[in-house]
Amino acid sequence: MASVTIIEFGGTEHEVEIEAGKSLMQIAVDNSIPGIDADCGGACACGTCHVIVSSEWFAKTGSTSDEEDMMLGMTPERADTSRLACQIEASEALDGLVVQLPEFQM
Amino acid sequence: MSLKSTAMNITAPVIPAHWQIRAVHRFLKIKNTLFKGPYVPTFVESPLPEVDTLAIEDIDVSSPFLFRQKKWQSYFKRLRDECPVHYQKNSPFGPFWSITRYDDIVFVDKHHDLFSAEPIITLGRTPEGLEIETFIAMDPPKHDEQRKAVQNVVAPKNLKEMEGLIRQRTREVLDELPVGQPFDWVKTVSIELTARMLATLLDFPYELRHKLVYWSDVSTASPETTGGRVDSDEIFAAAADAGKHFVKLWHDKAAQRAAGQEAGFDLISLMQANEETKDMVKRPMEFMGNLTLLIVGGNDTTRNSMTGGVLALNQFPDEFTKLKENPALIPNMVSEIIRWQTPLAYMRRIAKQDVELNGKTIKKGDKVVMWYASGNRDERNIDQPDTFMIDRKGARNHLSFGFGVHRCMGNRLAELQLRILWEELLQRFDDIEVLSEPECVQSNFVRGYSKMMVQLTAKK
Repeated sequence: MASVTIIEFGGTEHEVEIEAGKSLMQIAVDNSIPGIDADCGGACACGTCHVIVSSEWFAKTGSTSDEEDMMLGMTPERADTSRLACQIEASEALDGLVVQLPEFQM
Repeated sequence: MSLKSTAMNITAPVIPAHWQIRAVHRFLKIKNTLFKGPYVPTFVESPLPEVDTLAIEDIDVSSPFLFRQKKWQSYFKRLRDECPVHYQKNSPFGPFWSITRYDDIVFVDKHHDLFSAEPIITLGRTPEGLEIETFIAMDPPKHDEQRKAVQNVVAPKNLKEMEGLIRQRTREVLDELPVGQPFDWVKTVSIELTARMLATLLDFPYELRHKLVYWSDVSTASPETTGGRVDSDEIFAAAADAGKHFVKLWHDKAAQRAAGQEAGFDLISLMQANEETKDMVKRPMEFMGNLTLLIVGGNDTTRNSMTGGVLALNQFPDEFTKLKENPALIPNMVSEIIRWQTPLAYMRRIAKQDVELNGKTIKKGDKVVMWYASGNRDERNIDQPDTFMIDRKGARNHLSFGFGVHRCMGNRLAELQLRILWEELLQRFDDIEVLSEPECVQSNFVRGYSKMMVQLTAKK
């Protein structure tokens, strides 16, 4: 099975199955991963599904739109490879992806 | 920036802010005696008609009595069902569009490129002469710079440091409450707790904390802004007093730092440590604007959710039982309280170009009001929206904090305060009985309570 690994701030790792076509946020929520709030339900409008993608995977997660960039700009924990999980579409090509969660969502 | 604001910035180093505010007030009084001043509506309460007796174009949801008279649900339901993007051309606040469905509200809130938050986010204007500058009413990129400079005061990292202090102050208030006798929950708990929180965030003199509450209450309550009851003389007096105290606080903080004291985590210290805002005291309207935003943001909102939560659990007593059986539901209940109460009814925008929305054409320059209170009860997106369910699925997906770049920056603090309040309440009391209908404030913006009598039963 194709899977992604989501690592909580404290280091707890969750390996979850990829369901192609869903967003990474939706997969995390469906698997009840703590640390992803997704307050706007995937509208790229709240910034509470912030993930930090491992650098070797960053380019493969797609491009960051202006609106995503603006929402990410509001979090103090933004890193160079930050993304909003609701804007990453899951596919078999992301098999093996690793993302870290920030300490806080805001 | 207005001419007046520029003039105040130039004179700020030599003339104190509160003198400037008084001078503007005197000037306007003379000017408006000689020439006709801007129109200020007056509001006298009478029973609002039932919504089904009105033609759709006559429905006016800008009435400051809609919440108090419990007509808001029927009015907004009709708009959502029959005319979700609704134009009212003759309100006391001028013509405006109402956006009433959840999805349309998210669309407007997200599109700051189509809808401007300037110059103000209330239905009506600010009183003449008090056009403060605050980032909630600025568009990017200026909004982004100013928000970033101050948001760390309520960012989760700072809150982690403050959680112990918030809990301690909550316990102090709750331990003093009378058991088995009636008292006003609003004054004794909701106002007291939010006042203590504001004083902490600002490192404002603790014994003067009720001034913060008063300034905040007054600043959103003028008739021309929200349909409230406070006249401009009182607002000017409050603004002058606030200006005096805030400028003093700024200089005291600067002096403490100059004397080698470590900078605190309070708002003023953070402003002084940031390149963009370190001279803000020299820009009085901006300085006052940011402080007003923080005290309003942390006052009416959380206060009314503290009262609203108790009211909701009284109206839905099975939920109270559920809560006592499973206190782990508190975080989810906090989101549900914030949805159910929706302490601020709306945010307003101005269309920057013609926009098609749900079959209507909003013209460039038109006023657009996103009714969060309506969207949070939209049957299309929320299951049984009028029911208060502490274990509601997707409780976090409410509109009360807004979405997009203007999303409430104090949301985590609000949730933290409410979570701690309920954790501490459940440890002490078996029941918080609401004894009579709460009194509601007169406003089209703040959905708040001025009085709610309750009686506590101690935990066995």
